[in-house]
Amino acid sequence: MKPWKLLYWFLCACVLVFLLAPIAAIIPLSFSSGSFLTYPLPGLSLRWYEEVLGGGKWLTALGNSLYVGAIATFVSVILGTLASLGLMRHKAWWSEMLKLVVLSPMIVPVILIAVASYFFLAPLSLTSTYSGLIIAHTVIAVPFVVVPVITALEILDPNLARAAAACGATPGVTFMRVTLPGIMPAMASGALFAFAASFDDVVIALLIAGPDQRTLPREMFSGLRDSMTPALTAVATIMIVFSTTLFLLMQVLQRRSRKNSQIVR
Amino acid sequence: MLTRQRSALLLPLTGFLLVFFVAPLVWLLSLAVREAEVPRALPRTLSVLQTWQPGQALPPSLFPGFAQDLAEARAASTLADAARRLNYEVNGVRSTLMRAAREVSSAPADTAFNQVFFASVDPALASPEFFAAVQRAHGPFSAYYLLAAFDLARNAKGEIEHASEANRIYIDVLMRTLGISASVTVLCLLLGFPVALLLTQVTEKTADWLMILVLLPFWTSLLVRTAAWVVVLQKEGMVNSLLMRLGLIAEPLTLIYNRTGVLIAMTHVLLPFMILPLYSVLKGIPPHYMRAAASLGAPPVTAFFRVYLPMAAPAIVAGSLMVFILAMGYYITPALVGGGSDQMLSYFVATYTTDTGNWGLASALGLMMLVTTIALYALAHKLSGGRALSMG
Repeated sequence: MKPWKLLYWFLCACVLVFLLAPIAAIIPLSFSSGSFLTYPLPGLSLRWYEEVLGGGKWLTALGNSLYVGAIATFVSVILGTLASLGLMRHKAWWSEMLKLVVLSPMIVPVILIAVASYFFLAPLSLTSTYSGLIIAHTVIAVPFVVVPVITALEILDPNLARAAAACGATPGVTFMRVTLPGIMPAMASGALFAFAASFDDVVIALLIAGPDQRTLPREMFSGLRDSMTPALTAVATIMIVFSTTLFLLMQVLQRRSRKNSQIVR
Repeated sequence: MLTRQRSALLLPLTGFLLVFFVAPLVWLLSLAVREAEVPRALPRTLSVLQTWQPGQALPPSLFPGFAQDLAEARAASTLADAARRLNYEVNGVRSTLMRAAREVSSAPADTAFNQVFFASVDPALASPEFFAAVQRAHGPFSAYYLLAAFDLARNAKGEIEHASEANRIYIDVLMRTLGISASVTVLCLLLGFPVALLLTQVTEKTADWLMILVLLPFWTSLLVRTAAWVVVLQKEGMVNSLLMRLGLIAEPLTLIYNRTGVLIAMTHVLLPFMILPLYSVLKGIPPHYMRAAASLGAPPVTAFFRVYLPMAAPAIVAGSLMVFILAMGYYITPALVGGGSDQMLSYFVATYTTDTGNWGLASALGLMMLVTTIALYALAHKLSGGRALSMG
């Protein structure tokens, strides 16, 4: 192999190490028996997991994150799928406008969404409530459902629905038995993205959540502001396990939908 | 599909977003140009000032109305907001106004509220400069906050000039935000391009595996990644102990809570956002173009710069703009791994919203951010042929 090619591979390997190493480095520290965040570890123990999972603020925060994320995802999938059905294969100026509005929460800096929601929800007494947090999270999560579902709807062969109708299926039956199964993988991957968007958010939680709604990232943010402790590495490890699970689910879904689209072709 | 059916499907999400996203955003941005505090608190003062020009002597009829406004605004608790607003322009006037209102309310019934009375409370309250500031805040709209966001202000004569030294920080913050975003974009491109290129050169199976290595951090929570960098970069952290063991440094380097930490952590977070769109375009460039260039006698470097790069250019620009846009809105990472002088626009928007309550300025800075974002996004959208928003 030529030396420049070797150098090139080495460079790429360095970039991948840069991406992965810091995340990997934090995991062993959470099993340390000491309270310093340095290697080598003085010994192994589960004391930090006992501290985190033994009740108190971290469990509450995890519960809040899951609760808010689940409802925001559910609402996003319903609203997003309905809207995608309305928007697909429609090129009128107003539907293009609407598409832009629906997708814009992905581009507008999240601090502006957080501040705007804060001003708007405060007079309605919705700040420091679960409803307020769920509403704001739905705003940032919904585009992640619309993007894949619209794409799936536009790939779906319109002749399938026509064939169903020709065989005597009512529009309702056609939707339930033909369209819905066709877009199900896209809805599921949209749901995963939507959940990740809610689960990852700190900025909105910082402004909208009250002491009772503190989510996991919000609690981590306060922890990091205060001081880095081994308990935080345990929380981080739990979150890594969580996000890796989401990611693997996503991979399975994408493989499956890729296979599906190959069959259609 | 029928139009009525279509609108029935669109209605729930449209309604939801109009109420909870568009309306709040428009309202927030309107705060940048609205002046509500002073007209609410000092209506009589403003109506007398209508005919007054800065530079003229203050009309004697001004002061009884001013006294009445102060007393009523104090009772209705609208004075504090107005005093805070005027304090932005006339430094120190906030406490003076509150004190004047107290003295007016507790004065004997036959007190004459004239220029002498207010001059005795504080000379500033009888000065034309103060009333010029009141007049400029007459509402309902003004450019005060927008000017302030660009370090400008109107002087007593109403001319636009540089803001006072103490208020001249926002151009600096804007430049810092753009500078950090640009550096992160360049770093992401330098690190991301080789990897995206590599992904196109290996077999599909290897590419799948490498892709997982890129996507795994992409899915990891921002907070986890920031925490990881705190551990790795701190004084006793792995990078420092490694460098010291190798004998490259004698003293631990300060790698965090400064600009270095911000650039490293932000590049780490945004790198996948560069690699993914680059890869999706690069894999579409047919390899035989490069072979054709080689067969025509171009050395690899020439072929790369003359054939490959021009075809990859739109993707490079679009990916870079996307990373730049995302970087511009960053708040959490600089707040956790940066120092005081590494905070970006978002930080000031948040601080002015929650801590100091200067909503007008928060809104004006937000508007600045939004306009830049939209302009850059429109550019990215155009350059990528409408695919700038597509995900991995």
